[in-house]
Amino acid sequence: MDIKRKKQVSEWAVKTVMWISMSIVFLLVFSVIWTIFSKGCKAMSWSMLTKLPTAGTYLGGEGGFPNAIVGSLYIVGASTVLGLLVSIPVVFYLNVYLKTSSKLAYWLRLACDVLFGVPSIVYGAFGFTIMIFFGLRTSLLGGIIVITMLIIPIFIRTMDEATRNFPREILDASYALGATRWETLKVVVRQIAPGIATATLLSIGRAIGDAASVMFTAGYTDSIPTSLSQPAATLPLAVFFQLTSPIPEVVDRAYAAALVLTIIVLILSISGRFITNRFSKNKL
Amino acid sequence: MAIEIQHLNVYIKENQILKDICLTLPEKQITCIIGPSGCGKSTLLRTINRLIDSTEHVRLEGKVLVDGKDIIGSGHEITELRRKIGLVSQRPCPLPMSIFDNVAYGCRINRMYKKHRQLIYNVQKQLQAVGLWDEVRGRVRTSATRLSIGQQQRLCLARSLAVEPEYILADEATSALDPISSKTIEDLFVSLKSQYSIIMVTHTLHQALRIADNVVFMYLGEVVESGPARQIFEQPQQELTRKYLSGIFS
Repeated sequence: MDIKRKKQVSEWAVKTVMWISMSIVFLLVFSVIWTIFSKGCKAMSWSMLTKLPTAGTYLGGEGGFPNAIVGSLYIVGASTVLGLLVSIPVVFYLNVYLKTSSKLAYWLRLACDVLFGVPSIVYGAFGFTIMIFFGLRTSLLGGIIVITMLIIPIFIRTMDEATRNFPREILDASYALGATRWETLKVVVRQIAPGIATATLLSIGRAIGDAASVMFTAGYTDSIPTSLSQPAATLPLAVFFQLTSPIPEVVDRAYAAALVLTIIVLILSISGRFITNRFSKNKL
Repeated sequence: MAIEIQHLNVYIKENQILKDICLTLPEKQITCIIGPSGCGKSTLLRTINRLIDSTEHVRLEGKVLVDGKDIIGSGHEITELRRKIGLVSQRPCPLPMSIFDNVAYGCRINRMYKKHRQLIYNVQKQLQAVGLWDEVRGRVRTSATRLSIGQQQRLCLARSLAVEPEYILADEATSALDPISSKTIEDLFVSLKSQYSIIMVTHTLHQALRIADNVVFMYLGEVVESGPARQIFEQPQQELTRKYLSGIFS
């Protein structure tokens, strides 16, 4: 085979491998969504979203899972706000106040990487231990705190990556006008807004789909919590508990819960992209 | 009042970047700092407004007197110093906000105006001063990043002028621009020198020749020669200056 032919064949081979890989990814997304939608739609009804479960629900009777939807939204909403409140100052301190060669910055990033890799069940076990220490029962507050701990490293590392590429010239331009570092943060926020949106989306995705950490901390209940001290149901646990049932109607209901979970994640992803694009309007 | 630099040494880690700089930069004139790459021109400029502080492992020695006050040392109010000394950098760097907000930014952080109307008036005035108003009128609320590079550089100049500085530092402010935009910026500097003291780093000898009142020639972190532009260009005292001006090295 001459060199020209060899080059053509290798180019074709590499392209084929790439196409196969891409097809696997698309197939994966399509098959997951198809399975969830086809199975979930069968059991989906208005009462699934509105009617609280009763004792008979788990034997195939009437009732849905609004308790899990509301519980998940409570936990995710509160932990996202708390996570942002903790993470944003850390990211700004790392990137605007600390020097690049700072030892503290190095150790902080390493600590976040370690926390990033900790499995969620370990966070659950840790939260559970803390709750026992303080004599607390499974509660909405417990779930919120553990999920916050789970997503803080995701927030920090994702926003940190976005901020590290921040053009130094913009900081200098702001300082040169007499701005303090605190005043300059306003400019930084505008520039890294897409990064914050991405970090929030990733964190919410992780938070809303995690079952292991909330199992021991938020618990599970058939009612909607009215205070932070009450246990709260979550969608992943609604899927988990119902999917293991021997009754087909209950299993179908698990798929309906999975469908709601998927739709929430899809809405967040699409709206997140929309928001990111709007924020990117002024980005350099 | 002029800027006076006395025995300034700047070190980054163990490297000495500026060596015993002694200079007087006269007011209401254009002073061009020339010299080959890496000779410390930009470091000198960044020392004057203390932007050098954001460089890691930097150490300053000597005195830089701005309006008679030494700005080296911790006692000086750096934000006020920077407001007083505007900077136009090499690459136009609009802030990630609208054209209006770019010019208004400095006024807002320095709390210069109580009434929004005054702010609008000042923004318009500065955009007119840099010849940008007619080009952006009607779209001042759109993103500054959509402007051309030349327009962005004029916007950056307007942004610096908006905080009412006394000095303008320009770090190769025309090097990233096309010849027409470059000429516009040059003309602007010439028209502004009656109100501001302009200190300009340039790589282009012709530019210095066209607009400079005074010239400082630097080489390897030292000031080789400084003085009125005509004297430096026509009768350089130092052999090194003569070689640089005749293009033997650059």
